[in-house]
Amino acid sequence: MGATASHLGKDLLSEYQELTFLTKQEILLAHKRFTELLSREDKNLPDPRAPTEAILTLPELKSNPFRERIVRVFSTSESRDGLTFEDFLDLLSAFSDSATLEIKSHYAFRIFDFDDDGTLDENDLEKLVNCLTGETDETRLTPDEMKQLISNILEESDIDKDGTVNLSEFQHVISRSPDFVSSFKIVL
Amino acid sequence: MNRTPVKEQGRGKERRRSTAKKLKPGTATGNVFGSTNSSQPQFHPCLLLDMCHYFKQPLCPCLSSEQESSEDGDKEGEGEDEEVEEEEEEVEKEVRPETLTPEELEKLKEAVDDKKKLIQALRGKPWPMKKKHSTLRESQEFLEKYEGALGKGKGRKLYAYKVMMNKKWMKFKRDFENFTTACIPWEMKIKEIESHFGSSVASYFIFLRWMYGINMILFDNIGTVPRAEETNAMDFAVLWDFGGYAQYSVLFYGYYNSQRAIGWLKFRMPLSYFLVGVGTVAYSYMVVIRKMARNANETGGGDENSFNFSWKTFTSWDYLIGNPETADNKFASITTSFKEAILEEQESRKDDNIHLTRFLRVLANFLVLCCLAGSGYLIYFVVRRSQKFALEGFENHTWWERNEVNMVMSLLGMFCPMLFDVISALENYHPRVALQWQLGRIFALFLGNLYTFIIALMDEINLKRKEEDVVQFNMTMWEASLHNNTADNSTAPPLFTHPADVPRGPCWETMVGQEFVRLIISDTMTTYITLLIGDFLRAVLVRFLNYCWCWDLEAGFPSYSEFDVSGNVLGLIFNQGMIWMGAFYAPCLPALNVLRLHVSMYLQCWAVMCCNVPQERVFKASGSNNFYMAMLLVILFLSTLPAIYTIVTIPPSFDCGPFSGKARMFDVIQETLESDFPAWISKVFSYAANPGLVLPFMLLMVLAIYYLQSTSKSYKEANVELKKKLQMVN
Repeated sequence: MGATASHLGKDLLSEYQELTFLTKQEILLAHKRFTELLSREDKNLPDPRAPTEAILTLPELKSNPFRERIVRVFSTSESRDGLTFEDFLDLLSAFSDSATLEIKSHYAFRIFDFDDDGTLDENDLEKLVNCLTGETDETRLTPDEMKQLISNILEESDIDKDGTVNLSEFQHVISRSPDFVSSFKIVL
Repeated sequence: MNRTPVKEQGRGKERRRSTAKKLKPGTATGNVFGSTNSSQPQFHPCLLLDMCHYFKQPLCPCLSSEQESSEDGDKEGEGEDEEVEEEEEEVEKEVRPETLTPEELEKLKEAVDDKKKLIQALRGKPWPMKKKHSTLRESQEFLEKYEGALGKGKGRKLYAYKVMMNKKWMKFKRDFENFTTACIPWEMKIKEIESHFGSSVASYFIFLRWMYGINMILFDNIGTVPRAEETNAMDFAVLWDFGGYAQYSVLFYGYYNSQRAIGWLKFRMPLSYFLVGVGTVAYSYMVVIRKMARNANETGGGDENSFNFSWKTFTSWDYLIGNPETADNKFASITTSFKEAILEEQESRKDDNIHLTRFLRVLANFLVLCCLAGSGYLIYFVVRRSQKFALEGFENHTWWERNEVNMVMSLLGMFCPMLFDVISALENYHPRVALQWQLGRIFALFLGNLYTFIIALMDEINLKRKEEDVVQFNMTMWEASLHNNTADNSTAPPLFTHPADVPRGPCWETMVGQEFVRLIISDTMTTYITLLIGDFLRAVLVRFLNYCWCWDLEAGFPSYSEFDVSGNVLGLIFNQGMIWMGAFYAPCLPALNVLRLHVSMYLQCWAVMCCNVPQERVFKASGSNNFYMAMLLVILFLSTLPAIYTIVTIPPSFDCGPFSGKARMFDVIQETLESDFPAWISKVFSYAANPGLVLPFMLLMVLAIYYLQSTSKSYKEANVELKKKLQMVN
């Protein structure tokens, strides 16, 4: 990277504007918030990587049930742990207001794919629903309800009836939803 | 040189095939159609592999990085690489445009265009930043190398100039976009509300901001009519009644006089007033319909299925929530909605006691109708009474009696919806359906009230016109008496009558404008006062009385209030309807509304953050987005009806306003056509207005609508067929 952690070069800034859906102010704000997450030693590294625990303290992600999956999906390290600044920009770009439906649905699919196998099968769906219903036992669904729910979902979305939801089926369902684009947003 | 390209192309094709095999079909995304990664760009640069080879480019960037990430080593491919590169070294290092044949030039142009498209589409690719970066850099190098070379000879400079201008234009567009997003008002406030309350409450404020924008434009539009000096303000009481000087001020219709042409611009006052009125209405229609079309597009209509459960699972979480309390509420509401949906699906087979439910629903509707009728009659009665008071002179009555009409309308608007809410408990509908019924009833209530008000106003207009005739008669007598006096001394200087002495006729248009303004102001006051009392006072009481009260005020009754999104949106829509109705007679109304919305924004933002709690049942307001737009459209249509009716049927006052003296207001158009435009235009218009032409045109439109509807039906059926095919294939 042609910049230290404390200052973004001008060319780099304009390249980032070209490659993401973010405006200049948003990129600068992201840079500021990102450097706050780094520890002091890391700040002097050429391409610092903020650890996952630090990222999960961001107020925008703290209350999100999918926060760990989000960090994993956008991380480019081998162990899928921690985000560089570019990963962070990718994250904000996909979740920004002007991002297209295709890119949002692509990343949503990857976030929901808990076992990273390229399809949403019953285990993925079960974990997904458990994330949505909260941590406590009172709010969880009973096993019967869960089974019923999953079979309903597969009945609606699984067009080729192979027992899993793949990317294009997912995108087909999502594109018809009026709420998806407006709720799949994170703004710093 | 001519031999090697063919060979290289052959090699290139082989390589392309072999590398295509290397791409695993399920790397990131396998799909049922068996095609490769759906994120591949349509204009795949590797289609240009020929070109890449020819111009000594190494492998295309996307394939090169994908080869890196694919697991099996491609020794064969690498071997080929080296061989070809050795051969290419024999070829000339530089490419000159003059040496290219026309087809090769074409191919080069295509390659350049495709690279440009790739660069623009880069941000929408789900690739990690490193890959995007390297693709960008390679494409930019390619473009720099060959784009300048494309223009040959004399055209070269022009081409280079065009390229530079294009670049500058893209940069300007980007800067302008950055600037405009920074300029959007209230962005931080709305973001804060979003994070605390979720997107449905925030959608109300976004709607408010949009209305504000529309009113600003209406206000500017009307401001083009020239204004002279403003009148002096009088004390508040008189101003409240909008009597006195304000009556003759710029705010109202009566000020604009009927001179045909003002000043050196020959500004056509009456025509411009009329056209401005028509223009604002047309603009409002266009904006609302465009927003509706855009919403409908986003919803992706056409598919009959509603993916109820799938949507609940995939789209119900609101990623904007940043507040743990809201998140907990959201979890609870998601769980409830899952359980409800599951239960509903099971119960939809059972119908127990359907007769009882039906009876209760009919009863509820009957009660609601009674309420509506009652409120309509009450308003009519009150307007009649206020007319009586007006005849007796306003000074004899108390403040309440003077403003009875407005107060009654506002109070009805406040209490009837609560009544409807209670009645709807009888009906036992699903909450979303119940919400729609509630909204529909409130809509009917407001509409009924408004129309009763207008009908009562019509009576007043007729009264004023009778007065006018009387005054006109008196005026002719007065003028006659003046002439009699001057006829005796013909050498005396002409009589100078002070303008204020001339008896003025009553101006029914201004009276209508005044009534509307009063109504809107009292409506605004009621809203603010209910906000302060209902929300703020309640919050203060709950917070401070909780310490010394027997039961927990915060958890039980009354607790903090929630923000009522639908009620507020409806209020906003109706306010806008009233503005549209009155704007023709009181051009100041949009200005007033701009002020009102501005204050509302700040007041409600503060109230929401300070006194409200996040809703327990979180409904997505966006599902009702088009519902609100549809209501706005209906209100716009219904508000323009009375204005159109008055323009077409009632003759304007003889003494005030831009249309005074004419038989009908739209005569102004005819006059303009006759006197100012060349003769052939009026001929064209008279042909166009001929029924013989209009009727076939309408018939054509009906046929077009029928045709479009039948094609859309056939598309839906084709959709279903294709789905079945998909299932059979697998």
